[in-house]
Amino acid sequence: MDKLRDLLTKLGSQVTERLWRLGFASRFFVAILAYSAQTFARPHLLLREIWFSGVLSLIIILVSGLFVGLVLGLQGYETLQRYGSSEALGILVALSLVRELGPVVAGLLFASRAGSAVTAEIGLMKATEQLKAMDMMAVNPLARVVAPRFWGGVISMPLLAALFSMMGVFGGYLIGVVFIGVDEGAFWSQMQASVDFREDVLNGVIKSFVFGVAVSLIAVFEGYDSIPTAEGVSRAITRTVVTSALAILALDFVLTSFMFRSL
Amino acid sequence: MSTDSLVKIRDLNFSYDNRPILNGINMDFPRGKVVAIMGGSGCGKTTLLRLIGGQLRPTKGSVEVNGEAVHLMRHDALYAMRRRMGMLFQFGALFTDISVYDNVAFQIREHTDLPEELVRDLVMMKLNAVGLRGAHALMPNELSGGMARRVALARAIALDPMLMMYDEPFTGLDPLSLGVIGQLIRKLNDALGATSIMVTHDIQESMLIVDYIYFMSDGRVVAEGTPDELRATKDPFVHQFLYAEADGPVPFHYPAPPFAADLLRGGARG
Repeated sequence: MDKLRDLLTKLGSQVTERLWRLGFASRFFVAILAYSAQTFARPHLLLREIWFSGVLSLIIILVSGLFVGLVLGLQGYETLQRYGSSEALGILVALSLVRELGPVVAGLLFASRAGSAVTAEIGLMKATEQLKAMDMMAVNPLARVVAPRFWGGVISMPLLAALFSMMGVFGGYLIGVVFIGVDEGAFWSQMQASVDFREDVLNGVIKSFVFGVAVSLIAVFEGYDSIPTAEGVSRAITRTVVTSALAILALDFVLTSFMFRSL
Repeated sequence: MSTDSLVKIRDLNFSYDNRPILNGINMDFPRGKVVAIMGGSGCGKTTLLRLIGGQLRPTKGSVEVNGEAVHLMRHDALYAMRRRMGMLFQFGALFTDISVYDNVAFQIREHTDLPEELVRDLVMMKLNAVGLRGAHALMPNELSGGMARRVALARAIALDPMLMMYDEPFTGLDPLSLGVIGQLIRKLNDALGATSIMVTHDIQESMLIVDYIYFMSDGRVVAEGTPDELRATKDPFVHQFLYAEADGPVPFHYPAPPFAADLLRGGARG
């Protein structure tokens, strides 16, 4: 009986703590939005964060995009040629990338590269009392540190996803057209004819924007809420990567089910 | 103590998660003076500084700075007050991604619209005051502990504060740096016409530079006076602290059952 009571108490306290944290994260998000005007009024802060989150993630995004495109080209050709429609390779590569792989894989890479870095930076600033010092200098850390990093991520993410898709299409072209010999005209014209701007491209951009908001919020929140010790910061970084990955995949399912209802 | 106090603390109580940290604290910090708050680790000294700076709110009692109740201030008023406060953190808390120069310029740029030429003059003046004008281009990770503390001091006085707070300014410093920081605290206080509150457990260095000392233990003020008064006191707590005696009113042993009883329990844990 005692064991059962202990178990229920433990379960209850864990649920309460998670709910409390979720509530705190929601208030934190509202506070970031409230301080966002200050971020956009000081573009140099925002540009610095776009540089760190976006530009410095370019290498991993471009290289990964290229390889994903190369694999898509190979796998797609292998499957399509069985049905004699290898000219549709362009459509397959482009739709896979702009609808799904671009936003999702770029989001996962962005969480690992930029999200973890943001969490580590904010967490270490907290552990070394830099955030407290800023607050004592009458400079709000939410406005000066958190909001610019959040918006830097939100702005960078759709651009990175677009570049990922672009490199992927280029990879598919390299494999399909240059190496295998699929007709170049068919590759591009079928892609142009079948990829709809609003249905496919715009929905992909919306997805990557939503993933950008989710990953950036998780990254800044985990850093800000981390326990100010070496172990606390390392756990916060792990949580950022794991929670971001789960959030991206779950949100992707929800968004896809709303966006492509004709299925 | 003088009645013209910049900071007045009355019947201050503070609890954290229902755990009492401070109990019925009364303190005065007269204008122009350097006052030390001393006591063992975990006695609530740093908490007291955070209450004065408005980073924490008291459970009961009041904290007044320059005639205004800090604990009742709204966010904007509190930030306006903090622009007139400077705080030196235990390990400096320098911003590690910007240079020494930018660290000192940080507050000036954030709170004023001064042209960059004037900002430069101010930064160089502050760095010169702590003897580190020549180090303005260095990054924080290139500084020694003592230098980092001096840069943090220059940053804290960037806007000529009326109140300076020092959280363990001597921790981890070699004797030379320790003496330099001690002298700087005194000289800068007098040059700025500021009031300084120093939380420390470095007895010898503090006794040389402070005007008044409060001794704290278990969240209470247990003794107070000028350095000379405290040297002459017969109070056992102050005596133990001043002469670093291992045992006394502050026991060497953490509360525990009798030693013999613990040994006789054999292999049983806890």
